[in-house]
Amino acid sequence: MTAETLAAMPTARPRAKRARNTWVFWGRAMVLPYVAVFLVFVLFPVCYGLWLARHPSSYDKLFDDPIFFRTAVNTLIFIVVAINLKMMVALGLSGFFVQKRWWISVLAVIFIIPWAVPSIPTILSVRFMLNPEWGGINSLIFRLTGVDGPNWLNDPTLALSFSMLMHVWKSLPFWTLILVAGRLAIPGEQYEAASVDGASRWQKFRYITWPAMRSLYLTSTILSMIWTLGDFNSVYLLTGGGPADLTHVLATLGIRYLRLDQVDLAMAAIVVSLPLILPLVFFMMKRLSK
Amino acid sequence: MSAAAQRLPPKRRLSWRQVSTEAQLLLVGIPLLLWTMIPVYHLFLFAISPKDTATSGKLWPDHPTLQNFSIVFHEHHFYLNHFWLQMWNSLLIAVAVAVLTLFIATFAAFAISRLKLPGGRTVMNLALFTYFIPAAFLAVPMYKTMSVYGLLNSQWSLILAMVTIASPYCIWVLKQASDKLPWELDEAARIDGASPLQLFRLVYLPLMVPSLVAVGTYALLLAWNEYLYAFLLLSKDTDITLAVALCNFLSADDSPWELLMATGFIYALPPAAIYYAFKRYMVSGLTAGAVKS
Repeated sequence: MTAETLAAMPTARPRAKRARNTWVFWGRAMVLPYVAVFLVFVLFPVCYGLWLARHPSSYDKLFDDPIFFRTAVNTLIFIVVAINLKMMVALGLSGFFVQKRWWISVLAVIFIIPWAVPSIPTILSVRFMLNPEWGGINSLIFRLTGVDGPNWLNDPTLALSFSMLMHVWKSLPFWTLILVAGRLAIPGEQYEAASVDGASRWQKFRYITWPAMRSLYLTSTILSMIWTLGDFNSVYLLTGGGPADLTHVLATLGIRYLRLDQVDLAMAAIVVSLPLILPLVFFMMKRLSK
Repeated sequence: MSAAAQRLPPKRRLSWRQVSTEAQLLLVGIPLLLWTMIPVYHLFLFAISPKDTATSGKLWPDHPTLQNFSIVFHEHHFYLNHFWLQMWNSLLIAVAVAVLTLFIATFAAFAISRLKLPGGRTVMNLALFTYFIPAAFLAVPMYKTMSVYGLLNSQWSLILAMVTIASPYCIWVLKQASDKLPWELDEAARIDGASPLQLFRLVYLPLMVPSLVAVGTYALLLAWNEYLYAFLLLSKDTDITLAVALCNFLSADDSPWELLMATGFIYALPPAAIYYAFKRYMVSGLTAGAVKS
């Protein structure tokens, strides 16, 4: 017994070390598939893209293209108007959906539909609704007033507005859901105490709801900005960037340049927009990696 | 009878304040219902309308019909020649993406969170960085890269691209969930002499089932719904997914809208059903992270 123990003693330490090595080995092996995916399908494409955009002449051509300037303005409008509209409505609606009524619970289930279904069929449905000749909206206008309705998607301002509305329609349920979860995390006693003190509805929002939700609201807004920069479908499938390429956003511009066989311009446009995007990305990374 | 009569009055006597609250709620609820349902109802209306009356602008067709669905199912139109094949492609690609993403993300989250792999934090940050690159910005370089790799027009290119896009978020959600598991479990397993693989299979996986369902559903729906990458990376009519096939209807001015809407309706049903079936997991699993911050 003792002999056995003694014999085992010298090897105990190396065995523990070997055991730890096994764990590190398996750790590395298990993280390897993702690292491989990252290197092959993220790092390489990003570097390759930057390399394609290396010539200063690409940037000269890009800045000479009036469509690029228009696209930058459209993207800014999209982000500033659509996101703020969406987040404010979502904040308001989150207050609506926490009310306890049977019909509000039913409505909540229906309200998720835009988020639950794929975007393509519904975007195409709206596109047909807006068709100037046969679309539902203009048919209705004609039946009611006897006058032809406007050619909705042929006007750059209207077309971009509808793209923004389409985006809001699609993603409003998601953000409302997030903000509802945020509201439900606020202890109910705070509101009861405020009611006892005779606080108005606005005061309750101002002094209880908003301070508790501010951080979540800010995070959601920034995350939504990043995602909206990548929203290709709402613009491309509704307006196709038209009329006359006046409703492109950065997400669709790359595809336009790819079609024109000007990949360097597509990459240059992305490089130019990096100063706008990277701060948002690093802000989110700091928030989420805690 | 008399008891009922006695019970009624207090119910009837709603104060003005209550009435106005209910009215205000309805004033939000009704427009919200219309706003949500109009595009969906329009889609449905077209799908059940006969060809000649589809554009009449009526709120309900005079002769609702399932003819459009029959045409779609029998592939009786030029645009629908490969309907079933494209449906199969969509399904195959979505399932492949979900399975591969689950493998990659679960292994990575386990290694980072439970094995405390040195450098795990760096890997997590790389994943988060990828998650925050807008997908449309990565599309053009991804397209060029796939052509360098010689994968263009192969369904593998779409599967791998979607795995790349889906896995960072999945790793993050799974890591958040893993961090909450009690550390004592791992210690007990280690003392009992469990190998890393045994710990993974016998302790970790069973406890992670709800998060795995959430993440798997997320990846599945992401791939099924994807349009941009599918349309860039695939081109043959027999390779493309249903999403791309739907948008190919737009290539002609006289495309049959009622068939497009019927196809779109069929295409939208499976993900909607899956979403509602797993809503419990989706909502708790996917919002937990966002609410935390």
